[in-house]
Amino acid sequence: MKVVGQGQIRVDAYGKVTGEAKYTADLEPKDILHGKVVHSTIANGLVKRFDLEKALKVPGVVKILTCFDVPDCQYPTAGHPWSTELKHQDICDRKILNQRVRLYGDDIAAVIAETEVAATQAASLIQVEYEEYEPIVTVEAAMKEGATPLHPDIRRDNVIVHSHLTMGRPDFTFEQGLQEAKEQYGEENIVVLEDTYYTPRISHCHIELPVSWAYVDVNGKVTVTSSTQIPHIVRRCVAQALGIDIGKVRIIKPYIGGGFGNKQDVLYEPLNAFMTMAVGGRPVRLEISREETIYGTRTRHAIEGRTKGIVARDGRLLARKLDAYANNGAYASHGHAICANCGNVYKGLYRDELGTEVDCSTVYTSSPTAGAMRAYGIPQAVWFTECQADDMAAAIDMDPLEFRLKNGVQGDYVDPSNGIAFHSYGLEECIRRGREYIGWDEKRKLYANQTGPVRRGVGMAMFIYKSGVYPISLETASARMVLNQDGSIQLFMGATEIGQGADTVFTQMAAETTGISFDRIYIVSTQDTDTTPFDTGAYASRQTYVSGMACKACGEELRRRILEYAAYMLNHDVTDISKTVYAEQVKKAAADVREVLGLQEGEEITEDMLDLVDNQVVVHGGNPILFDVAVVAEVAFYSLDRSVHITAEVTHQCKSNTFASGCCFVDVEVDMPLGLVTVKDIINVHDSGTLINPETAKGQVHGGMSMSLGFGLSEEMLVDEKTGRVLNDNLLDYKIPTAMDVPDLKVEFVVKHDPTGPFGNKALGEPPAIPVAPAIRNAILHATGVHMNTAPMTAQRLIEKFKEQGLI
Amino acid sequence: MLKIIHMKVNGKEQELAVDDRESLLDTLRNRLGLTSVKKGCEVGECGACTVLVDGEAIDSCIYLTMWADGKSIMTVEGLKGPNGELSPIQKAFIEEAAVQCGFCTPGLIMSAVEIVGTGKKYNREELRKLISGHLCRCTGYEKILNAMERIVDEVYRVSHQE
Amino acid sequence: MFDISSFYEAKSVKDAIDALVRDPNAQIISGGTDVLIRVREGKDAGRSLVSIHNIRELKGVSLLENGDIRIGAGTAFTHITNDPLIQKYIPMLGEAVDTVGGPQIRNMGTIGGNICNGATSADSASTMWTLEAELVLEGPEGERKVPIHEFYTGPGRTVRDRCEVCKYFIIHKEADEGWYGQYIKYGKRKAMEIATLGCAVRVKLTEDKKRVADVRLGYGVAGPTPLRCRKAEELLKGCEVNDREAVSRFAKTALTEVNPRTSWRASKEFRLQLIEELAKRGFVAAVERAGGVIHA
Repeated sequence: MKVVGQGQIRVDAYGKVTGEAKYTADLEPKDILHGKVVHSTIANGLVKRFDLEKALKVPGVVKILTCFDVPDCQYPTAGHPWSTELKHQDICDRKILNQRVRLYGDDIAAVIAETEVAATQAASLIQVEYEEYEPIVTVEAAMKEGATPLHPDIRRDNVIVHSHLTMGRPDFTFEQGLQEAKEQYGEENIVVLEDTYYTPRISHCHIELPVSWAYVDVNGKVTVTSSTQIPHIVRRCVAQALGIDIGKVRIIKPYIGGGFGNKQDVLYEPLNAFMTMAVGGRPVRLEISREETIYGTRTRHAIEGRTKGIVARDGRLLARKLDAYANNGAYASHGHAICANCGNVYKGLYRDELGTEVDCSTVYTSSPTAGAMRAYGIPQAVWFTECQADDMAAAIDMDPLEFRLKNGVQGDYVDPSNGIAFHSYGLEECIRRGREYIGWDEKRKLYANQTGPVRRGVGMAMFIYKSGVYPISLETASARMVLNQDGSIQLFMGATEIGQGADTVFTQMAAETTGISFDRIYIVSTQDTDTTPFDTGAYASRQTYVSGMACKACGEELRRRILEYAAYMLNHDVTDISKTVYAEQVKKAAADVREVLGLQEGEEITEDMLDLVDNQVVVHGGNPILFDVAVVAEVAFYSLDRSVHITAEVTHQCKSNTFASGCCFVDVEVDMPLGLVTVKDIINVHDSGTLINPETAKGQVHGGMSMSLGFGLSEEMLVDEKTGRVLNDNLLDYKIPTAMDVPDLKVEFVVKHDPTGPFGNKALGEPPAIPVAPAIRNAILHATGVHMNTAPMTAQRLIEKFKEQGLI
Repeated sequence: MLKIIHMKVNGKEQELAVDDRESLLDTLRNRLGLTSVKKGCEVGECGACTVLVDGEAIDSCIYLTMWADGKSIMTVEGLKGPNGELSPIQKAFIEEAAVQCGFCTPGLIMSAVEIVGTGKKYNREELRKLISGHLCRCTGYEKILNAMERIVDEVYRVSHQE
Repeated sequence: MFDISSFYEAKSVKDAIDALVRDPNAQIISGGTDVLIRVREGKDAGRSLVSIHNIRELKGVSLLENGDIRIGAGTAFTHITNDPLIQKYIPMLGEAVDTVGGPQIRNMGTIGGNICNGATSADSASTMWTLEAELVLEGPEGERKVPIHEFYTGPGRTVRDRCEVCKYFIIHKEADEGWYGQYIKYGKRKAMEIATLGCAVRVKLTEDKKRVADVRLGYGVAGPTPLRCRKAEELLKGCEVNDREAVSRFAKTALTEVNPRTSWRASKEFRLQLIEELAKRGFVAAVERAGGVIHA
């Protein structure tokens, strides 16, 4: 491969360093109305009535919409392809504005005004009368006998879905396993562990706020420009929410300032569309503030993982059990998909000799809505597995790395629930590389038996991650390529650039497959559902894998069509070609081909005899060079005899999947009296197949590592249990790492060609955000002997534990 | 109430009628179309709106435009050379692959302009502190620091050769 | 766009006072990093602002004839940190204000604002307490001097009248000559942070650098206002710098003089742990700066 695998400079870098790249808010027209959402100040209840009198008197207020004005349509928000199977359809459980309040900060009304200040003032003057119910913020409260069901029309109680999975026998239970273990190994030879591990609610913290602006165009089409990862899905959901034709909705997605899964949900686009329709189609902007974003959009699920494990003293892992309870908050959003994903990886990451039992419950609570976030339930799964693995290894005094090598997932693993397997396997090699880099064997010894207030430790964690969502859900993607008159290409992808570098890798793929050089391919970065081919969007680490397949197929088709026309030119001494400036060149080329291939005069030159390499049409194999692709492009475009606009559009349904994997190794220092954890050295090693662009790939890993670092040490949304209010809904109190909090990040890849990937590649976008937190946790365990079961491992939590154990 | 102010923006004198409640962020984006100045939090926590006022990096979201009267403002739009050539800082960000979603990038580049402008040599740890007023969720800061280190070194070397 | 009812840019301190007297709804804005946030939150929405942002007389650091240092209240944190006088005489203050927020905030926020907003978490406050700084306020009635330990009256509350402008701070020569100190900011991350606890320790050693001639211990977030631990200080005076028991007693005694609270940001117990530990660490760092040698 010539272009794929190179560290090309990002195609959007110039626009981004000059500030010329346009994001949603940068494209607003001047005379635009300002929208402001009015949020409930209770967590659970019913809006009885509004008093709008004072608010309407604020100069500049144009209109106030309330939950009593919106269409009576419940709609889903998840960025999933729609399922035609009723059971798998996303849950339609909210309206554009809700009378039934289910979280502190639910959307109950909206103001449209001439200025932002007027909108804000009016919003603060709206009086609301509620019927109040007890907030049910925790899973425990929501599942309690007699708890108010938040969505009685959909579910009798607050459990959205409960699912049960096993490994080993389909009817395996942990209790049976325990019985068998005792019988087979003898009670004295096994250790049974029971522990509960907790993960926090995390906020995505994309730096660009969710922002959109909408107007109704001259043909009555509602047009919403929005910062979204999933323009085509947004279009469908806006139509569902408003009860109008999908064709009447147009979504435009410009550059976006990060999404991380929050914008893999339909957020405020339906409301924004409704607002412009309510004011005769005048443009209305709706910018969601940072505070609203944190409490009112989506979060990573807090999941409580109650685990049990049986390990034999000789190091064999016999059985495990997970009871996972995911706090889904007020609305279903992605629903059970995330907790189920968590359960799947929990069961698959280790080989339990007797079996594994997993129960997953996703529960409505009157608190912020959880949805998709980078790695979709797997950071939680891996927090559970990797804490538990180290705890089990510690219980039998075994090196945790050896424990993993002995009991961890291997290359022949096939997930019995969905058939997903490793079509390339590099995990063991990843672990070997990490072990070597961090100096595992020496440091495990060196750091053993430390005393004193400041101690060092090394820890590790590993993971597996699938590439895209097939066969759990549909995987489809499309690409379109248009050959310009001069031999350059416009590339349209349904898949979206969200900062991860998609535009660049698609351009590389197009160059690789068409034979037209990277610098002559112009990707259309903006998706416009009126013109962009369909793709479900940026999520599930699917784009290089799934959309890459579409891009590859499209590039191959375009090249075939170019060569077909080239062959036509070589075969036909058509009048207008003979009149062109290229007549002699083409004639000579035809003669060359015939000579090289030994063809008789009159024998047809076919496209398969030709190839396109570095913008040149050549005889298959490379020699001789016939003419520049520009010659074909120009003649094909303008020929009076046979004008063809050479284009290709391919929709590819992906029916494969493959596991990516990897690990993190970390060396930490723990200052116990201050509860400070300092990462002294850290490496992520990834098995993601062929790298399309090693430089942008590294960048993805760095970002994921810092995200997982935050998960491990500092990030956590705090929800007041009494009121349901988020206490730290700003970037000062919600602690994402600053440049001073992130250590130097070391990244390595184990590159093994994956036969199912379009270019040997597999998932990479999300996996880096998985293993750092548990690796740090295990390093703290090594350093201090303290088992930190709750993430984030804040200084306060550490100090409480250290005191409890008499270490300080 | 609209008030007339004068400021030099990216080297150009501007006479502007502004509302005295406007932040410099509002004015630069809405009146002058300088959309490189990004809004990420409105309270000086994320750094996306960073611009230089008389050479010092500030969060323009919490800086009243009235204060800029008589001052000189610089945004990323003002960095390109007369023939459209990129500044060495911008080049370093591109070549070191320091850009991902790009939303924090213009602000960071403006802090880089202030940092590089001191002509001092900073090590990586010092640079971490100097860019700590910018939150980035994409990069883990790794490649941003690579770009910063490179440009600080380049400028230091050039200025000490002269 | 901020929801304020009017804005006035004062030309001088006098002008600012007049404007504040004229409009009972008016409040002072200096760097803007606190006031504008409160306006946006709605807490101070609709207020009038009298800006002292561009008043030259409020800016800069100078050495007075008597050896005292005068710090203009309108001096931005960065300018304090980079000031040669600060670096020479009270580097600890320059370092303390260099922990506020991030670089942009430090280019904007002023030390006057940091003290006058009355926050117990203000990064300059505990150091200013150990420096026994004096504030000079001017109001319609004229000028007055307030020692910093008499300035705070409660969380977010001070003796400053709404119409008074804090003009400058005086650090007396006796407070810096022969003294060395260390401020430790403890936060949940290393930048863009409000202190979970701030600890300022200043020491003056005997000539042989073996003993503590004098010591001051100040805290932020250890109570509703910044504070000093005078009993702890008394106990350590005259002790050897390597007298671990004395240092430990010093830190333990500090616990009796503080009153941290439990909030969702941090528990009282956690803060107490930090108070004790940081007193020790701050002392060690201050002694080392003073040229003393602490045996490990």
